[in-house]
Amino acid sequence: MNILVCLKQTFDTEERITIENGKINEDGAEFVINPYDEYAVEEAIKLKEQHGGEVTVITIGPERAEQALRTAMAMGADKGVIVDLEDLGDQVDEHTIAQVLAATIREEDLDFDIILCGYMAVDDGSAQVGPRLAELLEIPHISTITKLTVEGDKVSVEKDVEGDVEYIDAKLPILVTAQQGLNDPRYPSLPGIMKAKKKPLTRLELDDLDLDEEEIAAKTEIIETFLPPKKEAGKILTGDLADQAKELVQLLRSEAKVI
Amino acid sequence: MNFDLTQEQTMIRKLMRDFAEGEVAPGADERDRTKRFPKEIFDKMAELNLMGLPFPEEYGGGGADTISFAIAVEELSRVCASTGITYSAHISLGCAPLYLFGTEEQKQKYLVPLCEGKTLGSFGLTEPNAGSDAGGTKTRAVKDGDGWVINGSKCFITNASYAKFLALTAATGNMGNVREITAFIVPTDAPGFRVIDNYVKMGLHSSNTTELILENVRVTDQEILGEIGKGFRQFLITLDGGRIGIGAMAVGIAQGAYELALKYAKERVQFGQSISKFQAIQHKLADMHMQIELARTYVYKAAWLKDQGRKFTKEASICKLYASEVAMNVCNQAVQIHGGWGYMHDYKVERFFRDAKLTEIGEGTSEIQRNIIAREIGC
Ligand SMILES: Cc1cc2nc3c(=O)[nH]c(=O)nc-3n(C[C@H](O)[C@H](O)[C@H](O)COP(=O)(O)OP(=O)(O)OC[C@H]3O[C@@H](n4cnc5c(N)ncnc54)[C@H](O)[C@@H]3O)c2cc1C
Repeated sequence: MNILVCLKQTFDTEERITIENGKINEDGAEFVINPYDEYAVEEAIKLKEQHGGEVTVITIGPERAEQALRTAMAMGADKGVIVDLEDLGDQVDEHTIAQVLAATIREEDLDFDIILCGYMAVDDGSAQVGPRLAELLEIPHISTITKLTVEGDKVSVEKDVEGDVEYIDAKLPILVTAQQGLNDPRYPSLPGIMKAKKKPLTRLELDDLDLDEEEIAAKTEIIETFLPPKKEAGKILTGDLADQAKELVQLLRSEAKVI
Repeated sequence: MNFDLTQEQTMIRKLMRDFAEGEVAPGADERDRTKRFPKEIFDKMAELNLMGLPFPEEYGGGGADTISFAIAVEELSRVCASTGITYSAHISLGCAPLYLFGTEEQKQKYLVPLCEGKTLGSFGLTEPNAGSDAGGTKTRAVKDGDGWVINGSKCFITNASYAKFLALTAATGNMGNVREITAFIVPTDAPGFRVIDNYVKMGLHSSNTTELILENVRVTDQEILGEIGKGFRQFLITLDGGRIGIGAMAVGIAQGAYELALKYAKERVQFGQSISKFQAIQHKLADMHMQIELARTYVYKAAWLKDQGRKFTKEASICKLYASEVAMNVCNQAVQIHGGWGYMHDYKVERFFRDAKLTEIGEGTSEIQRNIIAREIGC
């Protein structure tokens, strides 16, 4: 079975994040595999263990993102492709990323039976890249899966729908995106870590891909980046219940401005 | 010059951080109270092939370097120093002498199962009357036909209850005024060999510290580690490597206590503001951070020299001495920053404080480290 995993290296959201000149400060930040993508990697390796085949991990990112691919290789992925889009600067959004991924899969002649992605990246949180890529490749997709079984070309999936479960049957080839609960990613073993560096890695730049820069340019623009406001102490209303309700409505309207 | 970790070292750090937080930290307080040895943790580490981390793959090892070993010990000790010392002693006291001095046959027979984690490594040097003066060993091995008969006792020996065999030192004769010391690899189930796990310790409660009693224990020539008469030199070399492990353990303990103190200082409010806003507390935390950074850097330097195949005796002593004193100071201040809660078990720093003390004693006391450094600088 040929398995592709698209993954992103993100900053560790458990570490302190600061903003400088309207951008997230990368100096001193810790970078990790986007946690949802880690589920995708684990599921891919499990599929390989059951059905044989090969796991290829693909990432788009700067040089440091190689570490994320090597980590996936230490867990058991066989080879990797990294695409550096430095030339595009800020002109990158989900539309761009999906186009570049599709072009990379074509350029590298990567055969696939199944493509796994995380359902979203914890930094931008858009949850678009997986479905967009499936559309470009003209294959079906199922997002936010919590269980995956493949037998022959039959695919059964459990999908998280806001706390409920949807059971879906489908067929290969397919793209699925991983939700929390799909699996428990393994620790890479020491031999895995020591072997990771020797696994094949292809480096591509925009010029290597058959793409029209204008066509893939970002369709969205980031206007502002800011940290969520500090959590203030809650307010406890007192007094007669009817008065409390009145005061609550008043506060929701004038202070919280949510109604 | 390059202060960055390599890709492998970075991945090993991430693995050990995740493993320590996921598998080691959760039961650490409880184990400190119940004094239970976490056998299951070392079984899991064996599955990840971590029990032979710095030894070649041909002996079942991981082929990683000494810096990676220091990273592993630090990350374990950051959440549970008992786990840290168990691992450090396994690698640097248990496995290393077999790797460095064992015959090929001994490596296959003993080092391979140690690296595979089938048994834990241990090393018997200290005796009731031979501690800092470890050359004064009273345990004797007497030639008897085609074998040896060993009599004597050892104290404070880490991991021996979980070791199928261990190397220990015994006097085999006199060369002029100097005792001739030889190391033997002795199976712990040999007739006449008793391992007693009975100490009541200040800290490191879930590590295994034992007394060994040897009464007419018979071994053959095949169990001599390397050569007759080489025991003294062997353990000096072994302890050089072990001190990097204790240095790393001290850095890990200090880091764990410092992180808890920093977090607490930001949360604890007195006089209407968090205590981290008081300059007196800020200066404590700044000093703690600075000392840990320096200690870690020096542990890495000693490890790096070892990896380069260079002499590292002085650096190993410096890193062990400095890091252990940093650990004591940092833990003391971490308790102080916690105030009365720091004295209570639930806030963990009292455990770190108790555990830290061993780093100033084991594998050569601070006084002995100063003696070594003084000798190395030509006093
Ligand atoms: C938890 C634990 C685990 C241990 N694990 C092991 C193990 O696995 N294997 C093993 O072999 N040993 C082990 N040890 C023993 C440890 O290495 C010794 O305790 C240590 O070397 C000190 O020896 P001692 O206890 O006999 O103290 P002593 O040598 O009696 O020292 C007492 C005091 O005198 C000082 N002193 C001694 N000589 C001098 C001198 N020349 N100049 C100045 N001051 C001096 C010492 O620094 C110390 O302050 C362990 C100890 C502990 C507590």
